[in-house]
Amino acid sequence: MLRNVIRAAAVPRVQTRVALPAMARSIHISSRVQAQNTNDYRANREKFPEDDMSTRYTSGQGPSALDKASQALLLTELVRGMWVVLESFFRPPYTLMYPFEKGALSPRFRGEHALRRYPSGEERCIACKLCEAICPAQAITIEAEPREDGSRRTTRYDIDMTKCIYCGFCQEACPVDAIVEGPNYEYATETHEELLYNKEKLLANGDKWEVELARNLEADHLYR
Amino acid sequence: MMVNEQAYSLAVEKLLNIEVPLRAKYIRTMFAEITRVMNHCMSVMSHIMDVGALTPFLWMFEEREKLIEFYERVSGARMHAAYVRPGGVSLDIPKGLLEDIHVWADQFGQRMDEAEELITGNRIWKGRTVDVGRVTAKEALDWGFSGVMLRGSGVNWDLRKVQPYDAYDLVDFDVPVGTKGDCYDRYLCRMEEMRQSLRIIHQCINDMPPGPVRVDDLKISPPRRAHMKENMEALIHHFKLYSEGYTVPAGETYTVVEAPKGEFGVHLVSDGSNRPYRCKIRAPGFAHLAGLDFMAKGHFIPDVVTMIGTMDIVFGEVDR
Repeated sequence: MLRNVIRAAAVPRVQTRVALPAMARSIHISSRVQAQNTNDYRANREKFPEDDMSTRYTSGQGPSALDKASQALLLTELVRGMWVVLESFFRPPYTLMYPFEKGALSPRFRGEHALRRYPSGEERCIACKLCEAICPAQAITIEAEPREDGSRRTTRYDIDMTKCIYCGFCQEACPVDAIVEGPNYEYATETHEELLYNKEKLLANGDKWEVELARNLEADHLYR
Repeated sequence: MMVNEQAYSLAVEKLLNIEVPLRAKYIRTMFAEITRVMNHCMSVMSHIMDVGALTPFLWMFEEREKLIEFYERVSGARMHAAYVRPGGVSLDIPKGLLEDIHVWADQFGQRMDEAEELITGNRIWKGRTVDVGRVTAKEALDWGFSGVMLRGSGVNWDLRKVQPYDAYDLVDFDVPVGTKGDCYDRYLCRMEEMRQSLRIIHQCINDMPPGPVRVDDLKISPPRRAHMKENMEALIHHFKLYSEGYTVPAGETYTVVEAPKGEFGVHLVSDGSNRPYRCKIRAPGFAHLAGLDFMAKGHFIPDVVTMIGTMDIVFGEVDR
């Protein structure tokens, strides 16, 4: 009989498309739930008068009364559940000890922005303003005028990091790979003003993260 | 989430009257199903947590974290992917990702078995959900329910089946339908939908053809970067696309996808310019929450928690 009990208490496999709860529901009715169901909600009695709660679980299908009673009294489904919990207790944890351990990032990760330079030290941005045009959040502000040597450069390049939605359109739009979104995501600040990045801050970011940025672009260049 | 991007992209593609490459269709379908599993991990398990069991929530969040990592690897962001674009997807899948998704999909069924072992037959869970929040098929239709809220009441209506988009007509899957329309039925439906999603993901991995992932039309999709840097024509197209965009022929469309929470629709009106004249987004949550009143009548206060859980509500979506 115990084997029957366990089979009855096994987790019901839901069948698709056909009467899935009828099978699932015909078992595992404890006396308490039964009591609740006979004293059923007013709403259900009014809305579903055809549902006779007293005969609902004794329609001849499903496990026998003996199986149900032993399942209810021996708490088989609870014991099985607790056994699964006990099994998982002995598995290695999935936790990362965050400030000391960090999750892996892909080369495509879109984090904090940076303005890159050429290896010669010359800044890449040519003030074409494509990033400003495409930015859906209008977080980028650019002003530009020719430098003394006649080349076109930005005099102002601001990103409001609190407006930015990190969609990555700016780095997609940039024709010279100047503005990029780097792998850094730990730049929380205490004030709003600190997140209004200007050109100096962005160039400093670029200098700081250049190794990672170049490596990520290199790793992903086949797809872009 | 990529399903929402997909709905918008499908709407724009319909107005543009373009067909995306087959590989892009498979990628979209696969990530739509990954999104479905992510959503159901969150919704079902937080529902269970609201009702009182914390353990399966933590188990499934481990799996959800893996899925979010897939998102991050393919698009660069963990949630707001901006990956599905009108005309295909933004970048091809990186090498090795399909293998990892396959490895994940192989073991996810066991994780679901564990969670179901703990929950499905549990007498406390059944006491809290069986016969709670019953919705008849007529009520569900009258109140504009969609998704699992509709299927849980026995209406066999799944947009992936009745008007297949992307690659859903090329993959084989079943649609679980409930009979009683209570919270327990909807829980069973969601659990089964996750298993069906696994089926679709497996089929997408196996059937995905090689090839381009964006339409071959420089007026709509940007050129490849290497190409852009050495080809004048491509550079001009790049500048035009990122400054002006592309014009969409005048027209109107209401395009729907079967989002995990229900019918997600985009009503897009174009006046022939480069930006939409009107864009109305229909999210499923609002209609579901409106049904809370009739569902909760005659029940106890704690059952309202169960019902909000079973509706799969995100309040940011409701008061949008």
